[in-house]
Amino acid sequence: MSTPYTTIIGLEVHVQLATQSKLFCGCPAQFGAEPNTQTCPVCMGLPGSLPVMNRAAYELSLKTAVALHCEIPTFTKWDRKQYFYPDLPKGYQISQFDLPMSANGYMKISDDKGRFEPKKVGITRAHLEEDAGKSIHDEVTGKADSEIDLNRTGTPLLEIVSEPDMRSSAEARAYLQELKLLLTYIGVSDCNMQEGSLRVDANVNLHLETPVGHVATPIVEIKNMNSFRAVQQALDYEAKRQYRVWQETGQKLGDSPKQTRGWDDATGKTMAQRSKEESSDYRYFPDPDLVPVRTTAERVEEVRAALGELPADLRTRLTATHGLSAYDADVLVNQGPDIVKYFLLAAETSGDYKGACNWVTQDILRSVKEQDVAIDQFAVSALQLAALITAINDGQLPKPRAKEVFELMLVDRMDVAAAINTLGIEQVDESALVTLCQDLLRANPKIVADVQNGKHQAIGPLVGQAKKKNPNADPGRVREICLELVARGE
Amino acid sequence: MAITRADVEKVALLARLQLTDGELKMMTTDLSQIVTYVDLLAEVDTEGVEPMAHAVEVSNVFAEDEVRPSLPREQALANAPGRNERGYLVPPVLGG
Repeated sequence: MSTPYTTIIGLEVHVQLATQSKLFCGCPAQFGAEPNTQTCPVCMGLPGSLPVMNRAAYELSLKTAVALHCEIPTFTKWDRKQYFYPDLPKGYQISQFDLPMSANGYMKISDDKGRFEPKKVGITRAHLEEDAGKSIHDEVTGKADSEIDLNRTGTPLLEIVSEPDMRSSAEARAYLQELKLLLTYIGVSDCNMQEGSLRVDANVNLHLETPVGHVATPIVEIKNMNSFRAVQQALDYEAKRQYRVWQETGQKLGDSPKQTRGWDDATGKTMAQRSKEESSDYRYFPDPDLVPVRTTAERVEEVRAALGELPADLRTRLTATHGLSAYDADVLVNQGPDIVKYFLLAAETSGDYKGACNWVTQDILRSVKEQDVAIDQFAVSALQLAALITAINDGQLPKPRAKEVFELMLVDRMDVAAAINTLGIEQVDESALVTLCQDLLRANPKIVADVQNGKHQAIGPLVGQAKKKNPNADPGRVREICLELVARGE
Repeated sequence: MAITRADVEKVALLARLQLTDGELKMMTTDLSQIVTYVDLLAEVDTEGVEPMAHAVEVSNVFAEDEVRPSLPREQALANAPGRNERGYLVPPVLGG
């Protein structure tokens, strides 16, 4: 370890669940509507209105909790968390306090470049709560009124709290990437950070070994990070800052209340915000308007069985059963469920996982990116890719010409057979190749002499000439035959 | 269990209530009496009684995930003490 301290990181992630309507009312949960057009008496907190739990929101939470290997208690309830803020119209947030719907899970993280050892990050709990509204502040003078938009009020959020198990900003970033991937695979959230569907708060402090023993610095919560890159930068900045402050003041954990700091992307610094109120100050109590939810072990097993293949399982299958390298499996799986579905169909149909992996991670991904299309709109379908791979593997299509075929499939939307036909690709039999090589050698005595003198690379121009005379000639084979003929003195 | 003046001051602050000196005194007395009365429950032997999380014995009441019409914006904003054409206006909370 190159630093004189260990960085201790825990992350709180809020994900918006992919429901049509809000958590406790029928207002739409979609992002981007005109301000204050998606509200009703329930989410505005008008007196006399009563919340009813959205079934899909609970089911999506359950699915996520199971995918995170959490324990699912058979009984859960919702509580009121009271605080005053203009974007919280009821004066309390409906959340979960002492009996959350799930707890004690974990997620595995690893790094394909080996910057840290694979590890399990503990999930303390995942609980279902409602979102608050949005405040638009006067950023310029801070003096004009703030504007409140309540469209987001009451949309369902799953708060996923990790144990303080991460030891570097790279681990924190890997955790976030893996979590996002998992949530996308099981389809519980679109995880769009720009639209606020995935928000991250980080808790960080340092542990130091000093002459007087083990010391921990005060815990800081960092907010306002709008990308995974920002999370990583903020954590790196904060670790250095805490070490500096500790050197200057010697302040330890418990010497000062937990501090909240906001990340500023522009300056690359964290800035102090308000000191955090003690959690008892939220005066949680069970919400009398909502009834508890009971579930059974059988129901949890059903959810587990219906989860499908999770990213970690898929990586294992691709490496263990289908012979892909860990790196390749990682690159593929990290592309998300749509690309993976495409890859799997091409691989299963052609029976060549490695071939499909090469095509998908190279030409397909590049073309998809260049054309800026969704994979299911892409010119070359998974089945067409499988046909292309099969044509190569069956020897119908010499590998060096496969890119030309792919280009025609891509640009002119031809199928494999039509593209092969158009290019006039046909197999050249061995004797024709030998004849071709013999003719070329006879016409180029200087090259023959050079090769005989040990300059094997002199053969290059002949390979080019062979390709001109017969585009179907396999350059690699031409080279081999020519060298062999020279060696035998023919 | 007696409630102190400091307790009342803290709770008043959390509830954003401004109390006069007289009100603080009165509240301290009243709340002490209420809490002392509730303390009677401590005399009941609750050994082996499962904690109650909710007053009604009903669970799993769900609504299906279906969008229903929201209020028109004009209606939603109708009672706002401060507003513009799009939203509610509140005193500046920046840095709060």
